[in-house]
This record gives sequence, structure tokens and C-alpha cells, in this order.
Amino acid sequence: MTSLATTLRSWLRRPWIARVGAVIALFVFWEIAARWWVDPMFLSPPSRVLMSLQAVFDTRGVPAALRITFWELGVAFAMSVVIGLVVGLAVGLQPFAQKSFMPIILLLYGTPQVTILPLFILYFGIGPASKIAFGVSHGIFPIIMAIVAGVQNIKPILLTSARSMGASRWQVLRHVIFPHMIPSFFAGMRLGMTGVLLGVLLAELYVSTAGIGYFTTLFTQNFDPTRLFGLIAVLAAMAIVLNEIVRRAEVHFSRWHAD
Amino acid sequence: MTPAGKAREGKLASRSVQAAFLVALIVLWYLATTRWGVSSILLPNPVLVVRQLWDILKSGEFVGDLRVTLTELGIAFAISATSGVTIGYLISRSHYRIRVLEPLFAGIYSVPIILFLPLYVLFFGLGPASKIALGATISFFPIALNTIAGFGYVDKVFVVAARSMGASDVQLFRYVLLPAALPIILTGMRMGFTVALLSIIGSETIASLAGLGHRIVHLAEGMEMARMFAYIAFVVAIALILNTIVSALEARGKRHT
Repeated sequence: MTSLATTLRSWLRRPWIARVGAVIALFVFWEIAARWWVDPMFLSPPSRVLMSLQAVFDTRGVPAALRITFWELGVAFAMSVVIGLVVGLAVGLQPFAQKSFMPIILLLYGTPQVTILPLFILYFGIGPASKIAFGVSHGIFPIIMAIVAGVQNIKPILLTSARSMGASRWQVLRHVIFPHMIPSFFAGMRLGMTGVLLGVLLAELYVSTAGIGYFTTLFTQNFDPTRLFGLIAVLAAMAIVLNEIVRRAEVHFSRWHAD
Repeated sequence: MTPAGKAREGKLASRSVQAAFLVALIVLWYLATTRWGVSSILLPNPVLVVRQLWDILKSGEFVGDLRVTLTELGIAFAISATSGVTIGYLISRSHYRIRVLEPLFAGIYSVPIILFLPLYVLFFGLGPASKIALGATISFFPIALNTIAGFGYVDKVFVVAARSMGASDVQLFRYVLLPAALPIILTGMRMGFTVALLSIIGSETIASLAGLGHRIVHLAEGMEMARMFAYIAFVVAIALILNTIVSALEARGKRHT
């Protein structure tokens, strides 16, 4: 008995085991609450949610909806990165352009874009186009800001010496500015991914014909918490994976800069 | 020319570019609606929008919705600020707790919590309760994480020095921990406030019975575009004012420590 207590204590001393333990305790609490305390119309125990994952995927249209949402996220993110890179470089490389347009970009970044969500639906329809556009509107600004900050942080002496050694404009861009921008570029991509996820999911939840927003509404209105939890768990897992990919890329590509 | 004069001229030039940009935007908007025949359902005439905005402000029609949204925001922020600071402080008191729980919080924070809106609507209904709950959840994490960062990483030297000079627990908290942590906590609170405002307007847009977000959707569904644009301008102005106030409070709080 005492040896069991000692092993337990030595296990708990490792933070990650204690962390997993905390998560498990949370799930156990949820299971107990859902089974005995709360109306099953509203809350469903995690064991049942896990069992029902198959049923979620078997629901007609759900796999296609997940594919569409994933596609919207991918396209919105790619567009945010490309447009953000171009605008960021255009604004960041020119001190005058930066002084003139940065306040406008900051102002746009500071406005709650969710107020104009109905306009996006009006202009781009209720299909995937409006979700992509809204995702881009959320993802583009952190990327622009990060690129402008990255360009600013390049030491002027590097630019001067490259030019004095006879580098062309393109060569300066390719060999001095790009390598120095990489860490902030990836930091911006991470924030941009957070924004794209927020924008696309907001638009999906607002109105949707084929994406996951349609099914979350359907399951909510049918008081089907089991499948709703299942679908949201799948989406949360998707978001975590996407975030993690971008974060890993950031760590990987900014390594050379550390020394 | 003196450098100062040159800088002033440069500032003037960039200001005039900004002004020209805005004027060009409005002129294009006006021409698009009057000359180029863009449908008024897609883009209402700016003059009409200004008139509607004036009407909204004069009639005081916005008061009810504004009160709903601000009440939700106030309650949500009060909940997340108190719970975030309390829980963050309790966690920050031990290195073990920081190492166990901080990555967990950071992990949850990286999930787009707006995903859980359908669940909140299921639990709390379409009324203000679901907005308050969502806003409180979303703003809890930046506040708690910044409180942990603020209290948890105070330089050991300060703590040891204060202790060796005989500071009591209360004195240690008041004169060492709090001044070190407050700027970071205030930043967390500002971030929390901003995301709470965003998520409350967002959830009002998606599913609600009242509030500014609901009003905009209502007008969009009624195709009253000019009035909807006026309301959008109004809400954006409110959000900018609130964010400016909060940033000013943050700066003020930081100066006083």
C-alpha cells in the first residue's frame, strides 16, 4: 500500500504525467456529471461521444462537410499568406508607404470584422466563397504586421553593405531581406492561422449550406448533444493539428536565427 | 532644411496620403452608387447611410441594443477578470502547478473557442446567458495566462532581497510581487476585453434575440442596407472607443506601479 503511494507520488512529480492526470480527472468528472446529474438532452458523457464518433462520420453529408471546411481553411490560409506577403513587403520596404499606410492597416486590424460578416455573405453568397473571404480578412492582417515588423528589424548596415558590394535590388531581397524575415514570417503565419480558423468557423456557424455550420445547427436544434460534441471534437482536433503544423514550422525555420 | 523640419514635412506628406486614400474611397463609393449603377442592395448610397446614422443617433433607437451588448460584455469581463486573476495567482504560487497547468491552458487557448458556441446555445439558450458564458470563457485564458506569467516569473533576487530585509507576506505581495506582475496582468486584461467584445458581437450575430450584432443581422435579413451600414459604422465606432479607453486605462495602470 505504501509502495503504491510512493510510486504514485514519484509519478506525479513529473509534470506531464500530472497534466494528463488532470485532463483525465476532468473527463471523469464530466462523465459522472453527464450520467447522473445533468439532463441527457443537453450533456452527453464523453464515453458515449467517443462511441458515437463513427455515427457522426456516418451521418449523410458530414464527411463532405468536413472536407469542404478543411478546403476553405486551406484556401483561405494560402490566400492570406500570399496577399499578406505581397502587401507586407510593399508597405514594409518603403518607409514612406509604411508611414502612410500602416495606420490604416492598424485601424482595419482593430475593427471588429465580425460586424461586417453579413456583408461578406451578401457579396460572396452563402457558399464556401464567403467563408474563404472572411477567413482571409481575419488571417491577412497579422501576417502583414509580422512581415512589416520583420523587414523593419533588419539591421540597416546589412542592407548598406550588400548594396555597396554591388547587389541588385532582387539580390538584396533574395539574400538579405528574405532570410532575415523568415522568423517573423512564420510567427505571422501562426497568428494568421489562428485568424483564419476564427474567420472561417465564425462564417460557417453564421450561415452554411454544406459546411460543418449546417450540421452544428442541425444537431443543436435536434437536441442531439452526443453527435454535436463528436463533431466539435473532430473540428477542435483539426484546429489543433493545423496550429501545431504551423508552430512546428515556425520552430524549425527560425532555428538558424537563434545563434 | 533642418532634420526636424524634414520629419515634420514627411509626417505631413503621409498624413495627406492617408486623407487622400479615405477621400478617394468615399468618392469611389459615391460614384459607384450614383453613376455606375451598383445595386443599392449591394452598396447603399453613402449620403443615405449618413442620414440613417443621424436618424439612429437622434431617435435613440440604439440604446436598447447597446445596453444589452454592454451588459453582456460587462458581466462576462467581470467573471473572466476575477476568475482569471484568482486562478492565475493560485497557479503561479508553485512551480509545479505552473509546469503542470500552464501548457494545458495554452493548449486550450489555441483552439478556436467560438467552435463551442453551439454547445453554449444548447446549455444557456439564445438569450444573453450564452453570450456571457462564451465571452467569459474566451477572455479567461489570456487573463489567466498573463497572470501566471506576471506572478510566476518575478525575479528571484527581488523576492530573496525583500525577505532578507524582513518583509512579511503582505508586504512581499504589495511591494514586490504586485508591482512586478501588474503590467503583464493589465496587458492580459486588455487582450481579454478585446476578445470578449469580439466574441460577444460574434455570437450575437450567429444566434441571439437582442444586441448590436443581432440588430445588424436583422437589418441584413430585411435588406435595409443603408440602415445596416449605418449600424455597422456605429458598432465599429463603439468598439474603437471601448478599445481606446481600455488601452488608455492599461497605460495609466502601468504608469502608476
